[in-house]
Amino acid sequence: MITTRRLLGRSEPWVFAAILVLSLLIQVQSGQFYTGNNLVDLVRAMIVPGLLSVGCMMVIVSGGIDVSFTAIAALAMYVTDRILLSSQYGGNVLLAYAMSAGFGLLMGALNGVLIAFLRLPTLVVTLGTASLYTGLMFGAFAASASDVPPALHAHGKETLFTAVNPQLGLTSNMPSQVLILVGVFVLGFLLLRYTMLGRGIYAIGGDEAAAERAGFAVPGIKMFLYCLVGVLAGITGISRISMLEYADPSTFLGMELTVIAAVVLGGTRVTGGVGTLTGTALGIALMIILANSLILIGIPTYWARFFTGAVIIIGTGVTARQITTKRRLERVPSRKEAQAP
Amino acid sequence: MSTPQTAVPLQARKGRDQNLVRLFVMLLLVFALMTALRPGQFPTLANFGSMMRQFPEYGIMAIGISLTMITGGIDLGVVGTANLSAILAAKFLIGYVPQGAPPHVVVPYLVAAVLIALATGAACGYVAGILISRFNIPAILATLGTQQLYTGIAVGITSGRPQSRLPLLYSRIGNTELFDFFPLSFMLFVVIALGIGFMLSRSRFGTHMYLYGTNPKAARYAGLNTGSILRRAYLLSGLLSSVAGLIMMARANSAKAEYGAPYTLQCVLIAVLGGIDPNGGFGKIAGVTLAILILQFLSSGLNMFNQVSNFYRDVIWGGVLILVLVFNLLLSARAERRALRKREAA
Repeated sequence: MITTRRLLGRSEPWVFAAILVLSLLIQVQSGQFYTGNNLVDLVRAMIVPGLLSVGCMMVIVSGGIDVSFTAIAALAMYVTDRILLSSQYGGNVLLAYAMSAGFGLLMGALNGVLIAFLRLPTLVVTLGTASLYTGLMFGAFAASASDVPPALHAHGKETLFTAVNPQLGLTSNMPSQVLILVGVFVLGFLLLRYTMLGRGIYAIGGDEAAAERAGFAVPGIKMFLYCLVGVLAGITGISRISMLEYADPSTFLGMELTVIAAVVLGGTRVTGGVGTLTGTALGIALMIILANSLILIGIPTYWARFFTGAVIIIGTGVTARQITTKRRLERVPSRKEAQAP
Repeated sequence: MSTPQTAVPLQARKGRDQNLVRLFVMLLLVFALMTALRPGQFPTLANFGSMMRQFPEYGIMAIGISLTMITGGIDLGVVGTANLSAILAAKFLIGYVPQGAPPHVVVPYLVAAVLIALATGAACGYVAGILISRFNIPAILATLGTQQLYTGIAVGITSGRPQSRLPLLYSRIGNTELFDFFPLSFMLFVVIALGIGFMLSRSRFGTHMYLYGTNPKAARYAGLNTGSILRRAYLLSGLLSSVAGLIMMARANSAKAEYGAPYTLQCVLIAVLGGIDPNGGFGKIAGVTLAILILQFLSSGLNMFNQVSNFYRDVIWGGVLILVLVFNLLLSARAERRALRKREAA
């Protein structure tokens, strides 16, 4: 049983409350939040950051950080797109996903080797590889916005249902890519909850030395994580350009910060060992609602970046504070014991 | 003030000096390579003049990042701090200096603008320091956040537009050259590099920074005010960033929220290349300065090849960063093996 007090000590209920308050505020201000098309638009906007957040969350739980996944997504989808276009590929979209995931795997594996086996600092390594991949894309491939193969056009047009706003006459389509998002979240949840690998990810984040003593293959698990991030980034790339219906190499620039902020906001502890995918999903929802609704409540878009920064600082600050107070509380009884005769 | 303490044990010191020698050899090699490839363009006074105008702005930021990395943290907010400081100074100048005023009227305004920028930079750095020391936010996230926050404020108050039409006197002073050769920004860099280098190696604060970076817990048990050490380190980094911002403003004759975006990575690269340990506790400003020169030689040299796209620079920076990390790792592994063998022999 989860008691109320224990629940309030976690981030998820607070993020959920923040979403509720924010949405009611927007509803009162504009009357446009709880409309079918706005909700569908919001879910649509959550697909890409949501897909990226799963891998990002697992890396942070393991005590690392990855800032290169957007660069991987961009390069993987761009190379795939160029190859398919030049070979005049007319077949299924699955091949595109497989190819892009494969390129993502390769790029993630480079991160993995450097971090897991050479034990280099994660931030510096991924900053470096992010620069490498972005530079390759714009330098070696001279990337610019280009068309996508017909399979991706069709894939982008697949809709599950259409929401109509009777007041404004606006319609929004729910893209089929949302199924991929749900699938990835479910698989991620199962992995973290029910497999030894998932327990290993938490164990490494909690205490790497202890995890090693407990028999977890630490380098192997880390290698798996960075490869997984690469694969997911590759898949995200194809989903993104299918929905856009053109391949824009700069479409992912700067998105890594939003994703990291959302993951941390959702209660994943940046020092590792703690975090849930439920929290991550809530974090993504909050960030997207915040970004998409600034206009609805009358704040100019110039301030969007300011809000991202403020949310990162407040979110991480609150989580970090919680940890310190919790530790202090835990320490009290032991001190009393020490004073007892 | 200058108690003769040695932060780094003698054995490690010797190793680090070898690092300086290695960097110096690397610098000579890059110089020789570029001279061989572009003999008519590279080893010329004009090229050196232009290089001296280019590196101080990111070099000063790299010194700031290095300070925070010595304490085991990192400051990813330097570029945002630099731009915000410059924008506030520019806004003040544009708003208050009367049009077409004679120089003696403008000078006090310029002094005030510089003070505004420096105060902004110091405040920005101090805020990051508080987030890290008081709220225990990991430095990476705190400064990723401040970078977004400061850039966000800069974009917000300017609506993303460049702040131009500064008084002419500002850029004229900013671009003065000593003996018609050494730009003011270069002189500033030299003064700052010497000052910070001296502070790190000779002052108590410098020693404390190394101590904290080597082992935060030990530093706390040794009775050091660790929070204060961190706050001062980040304050210094912010202050240096604002100097860089003022230099960028003089060079571009305007201030904009988006200036210098690639500098963050470049500065981290310089620090790591210069021998600053990302885990804290090691590194010297002399190494950082050599790394700055190596990168500037490379970058200016590459500029002389028309067929090399600017984007290859990203590839090279990223690649060099990773290679240097791996190389340092191999070296330290070798040193460890040697030490072990020596111990076995003894």
